[in-house]
Amino acid sequence: MAVALNQQQEFTAKLKQIEEMLKKYKGQKGALLQALQEAQNIMGYLPIEVQEMVAETLDITLSEVYSTITFYSFFSLKPKGKYQIRTCLGTACYVRGAEKILDRLKTELGIEVGDTTDDGKFSLNACRCIGACGLAPAIIINDEVYGRLTPDKIPDILKKFE
Amino acid sequence: MDMVTLTIDGIKVQAPKDATVLEAARKAGIKIPTLCFLKGVNEIGACRMCVVEVKGAKSLQTACVLPVSDGMEVITNSAAVRESRKVTLELLLSDHNLECPTCIRNLNCELQKLSEELGVQAIRYPGEKSKAQYDDFSPSIVRDTSKCILCRRCVSTCHKVQSVGVISPNYRGFNTVIAPVYDMSLSEVSCVNCGQCIMACPVGALKEKDDTDKVWKALADPEKYVIVQTAPAIRVSLGEEFGGELGTIVTKKLPAALRRLGFDKVFDTDFSADLTILEEGSEFLDRLQNGGKLPLITSCSPGWIKFCEHYYPEFLDNLSTCKSPQQMFGALVKTYYAEKMGIDPSKIFSVSIMPCTAKKYECKRPEMFSSGYQDVDVALTTRELSRMLKEAGINLNNLPDEEFDEPLGISTGAGAIFGATGGVMEAALRTVYEIVTKKELKNIDFTEVRGVEGVKEATIDIDGIKVNVAVAHGLSNARVVLDRVKNGEANYHFIEIMACPGGCVGGGGQPILNADERWEADYREERAKAIYEVDRNMPLRKSHENPAVKSLYKEFLGEPLGEKSHKLLHTHYTKRELYPATK
Repeated sequence: MAVALNQQQEFTAKLKQIEEMLKKYKGQKGALLQALQEAQNIMGYLPIEVQEMVAETLDITLSEVYSTITFYSFFSLKPKGKYQIRTCLGTACYVRGAEKILDRLKTELGIEVGDTTDDGKFSLNACRCIGACGLAPAIIINDEVYGRLTPDKIPDILKKFE
Repeated sequence: MDMVTLTIDGIKVQAPKDATVLEAARKAGIKIPTLCFLKGVNEIGACRMCVVEVKGAKSLQTACVLPVSDGMEVITNSAAVRESRKVTLELLLSDHNLECPTCIRNLNCELQKLSEELGVQAIRYPGEKSKAQYDDFSPSIVRDTSKCILCRRCVSTCHKVQSVGVISPNYRGFNTVIAPVYDMSLSEVSCVNCGQCIMACPVGALKEKDDTDKVWKALADPEKYVIVQTAPAIRVSLGEEFGGELGTIVTKKLPAALRRLGFDKVFDTDFSADLTILEEGSEFLDRLQNGGKLPLITSCSPGWIKFCEHYYPEFLDNLSTCKSPQQMFGALVKTYYAEKMGIDPSKIFSVSIMPCTAKKYECKRPEMFSSGYQDVDVALTTRELSRMLKEAGINLNNLPDEEFDEPLGISTGAGAIFGATGGVMEAALRTVYEIVTKKELKNIDFTEVRGVEGVKEATIDIDGIKVNVAVAHGLSNARVVLDRVKNGEANYHFIEIMACPGGCVGGGGQPILNADERWEADYREERAKAIYEVDRNMPLRKSHENPAVKSLYKEFLGEPLGEKSHKLLHTHYTKRELYPATK
């Protein structure tokens, strides 16, 4: 109960923070991407409450906000895990077996792309080229790149974050 | 205007310098196929059906967004162009639900027509189909994305023309789907049910909720006394479904057609439009003379009403409390008419033929049960009526002229013009003027409120009282007017707002015109012209002169705004959320 309450308070506090942040974008229809990026930096993801706030402040439709969020893989509608795993599916990684890496990550974590593990620890995403083609296939966990992967290296890497 | 000269298919063509290649070609009689293009609404070069070769360009160019330039050389019909269009079309078809013979848009589908025109006889690219959504929870509009070609004509219409904006492309690439937020149903978001998205759809991805089954069933039920009313705008549009020109007048064919379908009584919504004027005109005078809330805003258009409830709830007190003519009619049929004729109202099945998809929603609103029953049981669109007639083998063109039944089929020209933007205002002014001045109005044509300009303003002198009026059609224009009031930039007394561009003649339930037809002629103007012709040819043209309305007050209602009127003919409104309840 206490935990739930804390989470709720934290959520409300972050909403407040986003509201403050958005003030500078009032009525600026063109500021959608920056606004969403900053909001996601604060909240970690973009729940409907944030989307409505952005729509209202920028004077655009909620539909346009949602459309934009779902177009860019960078934005997330769901809370992200403590460790965010992004699997590169750019050309070089792809031809060197990125899909097998991704499949192994899914089995190890028991989640699909775009989801977060129940303990809130890991979230899994696929992304376009991360510019580490020399290390293909590669993944990024938070800000660290892990390259020259094989599916069997995955469990050991995940263990580091236990 | 600055002109440039270019060559299209070897022909020298002159075009204004801000024209596109598509426009220049069209003008020169050269047809370039289009699919996502909807003149003035959606000009985004997305579907690549209009590709052309341009000398000096590295790749094929999309003609619909390509500006002309002096000396430009364009080829619209090379092997490369034809192959490119064909491949694009086949790829579209490969992810399309090809149930054409049973599709609502069979034979009126731009994709089907293009396939024929471009000679596509096989689809060379079988492959995965994208995941489809079928949403029929809205009382008015059905979405079937298995047929969607992602042209975005509906999106542009919803956002730009109607400023409602509840559908957008969600996700990306192969997963893209045109849908409300979180892929919700249209019934869960602030959609106003106007149906303009349907009018823009080139295929069968958007359609009205079909209620014809309920009507067939009632017609076949010997226990039911089935009554029908037809809206003003139907008489200038239904003919198009039977090969008539835009705005063909079929007023007298309608009663014949509806009788042959088996309706027991064929009445006219023009009658209750006249009645609306008496109630609303009196309401306006009451507010004007007794310091009531002004400006008064008309309430005939259920799409506009829902828009106001979601987007401008601060204006709810400005809305006329008058029900729409459809609902006034419905309330009277199961009370006044049932009593007069000695019919048990529970046996009456009341149908309306409307140019409108929002009417389907309106007749189900909880406020619309004032007879003790659902006042209007089913609202059919013009298109649904056309389908019923065709199914019954009734060809409008082969029918004799007949008259509407009495007394609820008696109407004036003022009732008829409700069908065009500005019509309610004009009808009201004709009556208000004579009530106030007690003098005969000599020139009854208030031309300043007619026409397709988005916002029309006028000041009418009624015996020294200067009445400022505004008329808006299309909800983006409604916003303009409401914002002017909000910001104190205008001092209107009376505003008419219709949700659809052109008013009811351009309603979301009307015959669907393809993009070419919409480009060639302004259907709103053509149908409105016909409406005003109907008005001109009526022996009576002022609502308060309608003899059936007069006897209705004498026999039943008493007086405008009286107790019975209040109970049966007036309503109230509800503030609605702008955003869906997803939390």
